[in-house]
Amino acid sequence: MALLEITQLTRDFGGVRAIDGLDLHVERGEIVSVIGPNGAGKTTLFNMISGMAQPNGGNILFEERSIVNLRPSQILALGIARTFQNVRLFPEMTVRENVMLARHARTKSGALGAILRTPRFRREEEDTRRRAEEALAFFGTRLVGWRFDQPSMSLSYANRRRLEIARAMASGPKLVLMDEPTAGMNPKETQELTHLIRRMRDDEGLTILFIEHDMRVVKGVSDRVVVLDYGRKIAEGPYEEVAHNEHVIEAYLGRKATA
Amino acid sequence: MAQTLRKTSRRTIRLTPVDAFLWLVRIAAVVAIVVGTFRTLTGRGLVTLSGAQWRDNVVSGLSLGAVYALIALGYTMVYGVLRFINFAHGEVFMSGTMIGFFVATALARTGLWAGNGIYLALLIVLLASMATSTFIAVLLERVAYRPLRGKTRLIPFITAIGASFFLQYAFAGLFGTSVHHYPDVAQLAGQVSIAGVPVLKTQAVVIVAALLMMAGLYLFVERTKTGKSIRAVAEDQETAQLMGINVDRTIVLVFAIGGAMAGIAAFLYTLVFGQAFFLIGFVPGIKAFTASVVGGIGNIGGAMVGGMLIGLIEAVSPNLILSGLGIPAAFQLTDVVVFLALVVILIFRPTGLLGERVAEDRT
Amino acid sequence: MAETARTGPPDSSASNGPELLPARDVGVRQVVRTGLLAGLTIAFVASIGMLVAFEGRAVVSTLTLDYVILVAIPMGFGYLAAKPPPQFEGFAVARRGGRNLLAGAVAGVVTGGMLAVYLALVGNFNVREQMPNISPEMIGRLTFQQGLIKGWAFLMLGSVALSTLGAAFNLLDRTLRRALAYALSWLIVIGLLQVVVSTILNNLGFPLVDRLYNVAGSLTIPGAIGVFVVIFVAYVVPKPKREPIKQGYAELPAKKRRLVLVGIVLAILAILAAVPHLLSSDLAEDLNLAGIFLLMALGLNIVVGLAGLLDLGYVAFFAVGAYAAAVLMSPLSPKWAPGLIFWEALPFVLLAAAFAGLLVGTPVLRMRGDYLAIVTLGFGEIARLLVTSTWLTPYFGGALGIIRIPSVHVGPVEFLGANSQTFFYLIFGFAIVAAYASYALQDSRLGRAWMAIREDETVAEAMGVNIVTAKLWAFMIGAVIASVGGALFAVKTASIFPNSFDIIVSITVLAIVIVGGMGSVPGVVLAALALRGLPEILQEFQSFRFLIYGALLIFMMLRRPEGFIPSRRRARELRQDEVLQDAWVQAHREEPAEVGLEGS
Repeated sequence: MALLEITQLTRDFGGVRAIDGLDLHVERGEIVSVIGPNGAGKTTLFNMISGMAQPNGGNILFEERSIVNLRPSQILALGIARTFQNVRLFPEMTVRENVMLARHARTKSGALGAILRTPRFRREEEDTRRRAEEALAFFGTRLVGWRFDQPSMSLSYANRRRLEIARAMASGPKLVLMDEPTAGMNPKETQELTHLIRRMRDDEGLTILFIEHDMRVVKGVSDRVVVLDYGRKIAEGPYEEVAHNEHVIEAYLGRKATA
Repeated sequence: MAQTLRKTSRRTIRLTPVDAFLWLVRIAAVVAIVVGTFRTLTGRGLVTLSGAQWRDNVVSGLSLGAVYALIALGYTMVYGVLRFINFAHGEVFMSGTMIGFFVATALARTGLWAGNGIYLALLIVLLASMATSTFIAVLLERVAYRPLRGKTRLIPFITAIGASFFLQYAFAGLFGTSVHHYPDVAQLAGQVSIAGVPVLKTQAVVIVAALLMMAGLYLFVERTKTGKSIRAVAEDQETAQLMGINVDRTIVLVFAIGGAMAGIAAFLYTLVFGQAFFLIGFVPGIKAFTASVVGGIGNIGGAMVGGMLIGLIEAVSPNLILSGLGIPAAFQLTDVVVFLALVVILIFRPTGLLGERVAEDRT
Repeated sequence: MAETARTGPPDSSASNGPELLPARDVGVRQVVRTGLLAGLTIAFVASIGMLVAFEGRAVVSTLTLDYVILVAIPMGFGYLAAKPPPQFEGFAVARRGGRNLLAGAVAGVVTGGMLAVYLALVGNFNVREQMPNISPEMIGRLTFQQGLIKGWAFLMLGSVALSTLGAAFNLLDRTLRRALAYALSWLIVIGLLQVVVSTILNNLGFPLVDRLYNVAGSLTIPGAIGVFVVIFVAYVVPKPKREPIKQGYAELPAKKRRLVLVGIVLAILAILAAVPHLLSSDLAEDLNLAGIFLLMALGLNIVVGLAGLLDLGYVAFFAVGAYAAAVLMSPLSPKWAPGLIFWEALPFVLLAAAFAGLLVGTPVLRMRGDYLAIVTLGFGEIARLLVTSTWLTPYFGGALGIIRIPSVHVGPVEFLGANSQTFFYLIFGFAIVAAYASYALQDSRLGRAWMAIREDETVAEAMGVNIVTAKLWAFMIGAVIASVGGALFAVKTASIFPNSFDIIVSITVLAIVIVGGMGSVPGVVLAALALRGLPEILQEFQSFRFLIYGALLIFMMLRRPEGFIPSRRRARELRQDEVLQDAWVQAHREEPAEVGLEGS
């Protein structure tokens, strides 16, 4: 059974239909990319999967369970983590703290545990800290060592994007949604991140669904590409197939280009 | 090529303990209101009022509401433009009453107060109140709010709190903490009959004046060029600036207009109630803010509707609802009802009755 | 090339490289505006009765506080009038000298002019009826009992002289300036706090206390000179570097580090514990009141400082604690008098408070910051109105309150409010618990969740934080701490009346938290002492307390939002640019080349 199964998903904003009867599935261990012109509804799709927006119709099944009515924190607990198009970190919190926060749903100790410093609290804090540092170490030496205590707002743009990914990974997800992870990166950084996405699947066993505009990344790492336009799926398949699909080309370039 | 909206649309409902609690609150409120009203009207409440007394309560509520409406304009306009609650606006109102009192007593001593000079005297008092309130409002903007304009919302708000208390106790220090009484205006004593309803002359003046000012302000904002620039700044500061509108000056203007309205409110308030003291702005300020939220923040017409509504609630609900529920001396808990109304509105219809009119939150 | 131009004399720019712009220096607008402000401030301070109120407080010898203020205002504003604006690169450097002194003098003249207008108005128009503080005594004092014209002449001269003197501060080297300013300030503070300082010194057995202070309660002249010199020297002498100490501490193994920290904390606590015995009974009572406010501030610190929820109705929880304790403990409680002892009543008090926290927190969960503030304000008022109401008088005593609340016993020891030196320890104990809880929560899963909610609630939720639970915990913990304060207050005063539970209490506590530093425990301690303890000692400040709180809130937000003794994190949050710069520097110092992943 598919890890993520989306059927006839619909979302309206006032008079505009942002997502229109979308069917999408993601199998365990796949890397699927979602592409399409601006305004095609890609981020809206992610918002609905992660629980930050509610669909008006259709269903989203994660591990065969409907997640449409759940709060974002519950969806994270089930195993779906995401990054944002315009990197949304906690600016004043340190690099380490940003990532530790992602363990919130995986730990339990509350106010009393904190005040009384119970053994369970201590164990969980230790564990949280360790896992956070491990997640950060995934990126080599860029975000470790003295960086741990740097407030995240002081990071370079690329490091901020990496931190957001580390944060998502630290939450122990099964599925990671990444919204334009390489936006604003230079070619070298983009290449590095492409390798990283593959490592996330190969080494960490994560399933990945990501939105991208940079076709090098899409081509380099996707098992399958889904193309959206005006809220509808207009093509799906391996990159080569999709890249030559005339509807896709038309969507990006307009009708004249195919005439 | 936007698709038209299809008929079938499903809204998902999430019921959590919090939602359940809030529904309980809703139900409790409705039950309390219905039961209280029913018992009072069928004579089983603690208090029974005659039709004439109810009528007087309503009129009094409307005139109080008119004052609240004018004060609410200040809150609503500033919020519409800056997304910021000018917590010290109640004190803007208070300063008008205090200086008005000062000028009135000074004039009363000169003899202008008696006879035909009274109208001139009242005009002077009105202008003094307006000038003071406007001045304080603009001063606040310049000194306390403008330097903090970019900052996270809590910082200017705390400044506003500080300003509010500073002003309260500054005026307490200047004028003393006792309640000050306005000299009587003989010409405005007594009643008039409007559509068969006896109304105190002062109340009539208040309601009419408030309505006129509202209408005037509404026309100003909707029809004039300056009004348009205010609306532009309210909607999108950056773009307004790019269009050549002096945003700083417009914001000052908004504060000034709010202040002027509060000054008029101050004058009218003292006409009806005949007193002023340093805390007079605090609770009415919160009520006026409630009024602006009830009507829909940023919405001028909403401030009017909200103000009248709050005034009515204040005048009528203690007797109508609370006494019906068996609460003695219900007038003591009038403010409780108004505050609860604020909570209820913010939970269940935060955009108010006539809808918000604020810019998109771009944070 | 700009480097040399900056350190050289300004008019050699033509020969040295790029042309410099004319220096940014003090301008006429600045001078006139400052002078007017100074005059307005004096007029304001006189008109609200502050000068008259301060007549009785001698600071140094026979110099009373009102004249100290009259001196301080022109001096302070004179300094500001003559202060050159920030110097930028590319501009010639503003020379400090006669121009600044002139600026000061002119400002002084403007001030004098303002005062002329003021005196003319109050001298000729009798506004006593409406403005009671503008009295003949006040005017007399202001004019040095010399009549309007002569008195004004003195004021004019004084204002010019003092303004120029203040302006001269701009000519001093920075260290000297700071030393002088601090020495003068501390001098005044020590003079004002004569009661406290002399009591402590006497109890510690210090000799010569009567040389330091005279009978009238002010510093003697030799005493004043001594204090001034000591503090001046302390600020002038270069401080030993703190870096090696910090370094040494950082290099210790973790276990040793914790021992050192515990040691320091214990030492501080020991000193604090000794304080009440160094004070008189009256002073200890003032300390206790400040202590109760400290306790509440520690609670509000968690709600506002950690969780970012601006609760303006905090007094409601204080009232819940006080009334719960009173009802449960007092034999004279109207409806229901179980007559429990403190420790039996406490769990119920805490439970009631937690419930109140939930009651207040739930409706406001989804509200934005400013709306939340006003709604909680409303709740605070509702609480007061309810306990004052006739309707609830059978339960809460109405305006007559509840009296005869018994004292607290711990074993053989009785903590009675009237016995303030002993009662201190009860408050002290709870305060330590609250402070500890504050630290413990900050560095925990919940603390991180609060921080995340404060910064970006939507993303916090997307990262797994249960917003509802986190916020409700904040309200509940804050409520519980405040309720302990309320219970202690009830026991301390042995009787409670509804007018003690006014919104002004919420604002006082808020001021303490803001002034002290949101999230910072030491800051809050000092702020509680200063804002709530001092007005009790210096009674003449009582009537201006709220005016000062308001002014402080505005001042802090404009100048120093992180508080006077900020928590390191908060200072970082509010001074972003410096943080970013530091980070950049560190990044380029420590990492010549960043290593990414293999194979890239």
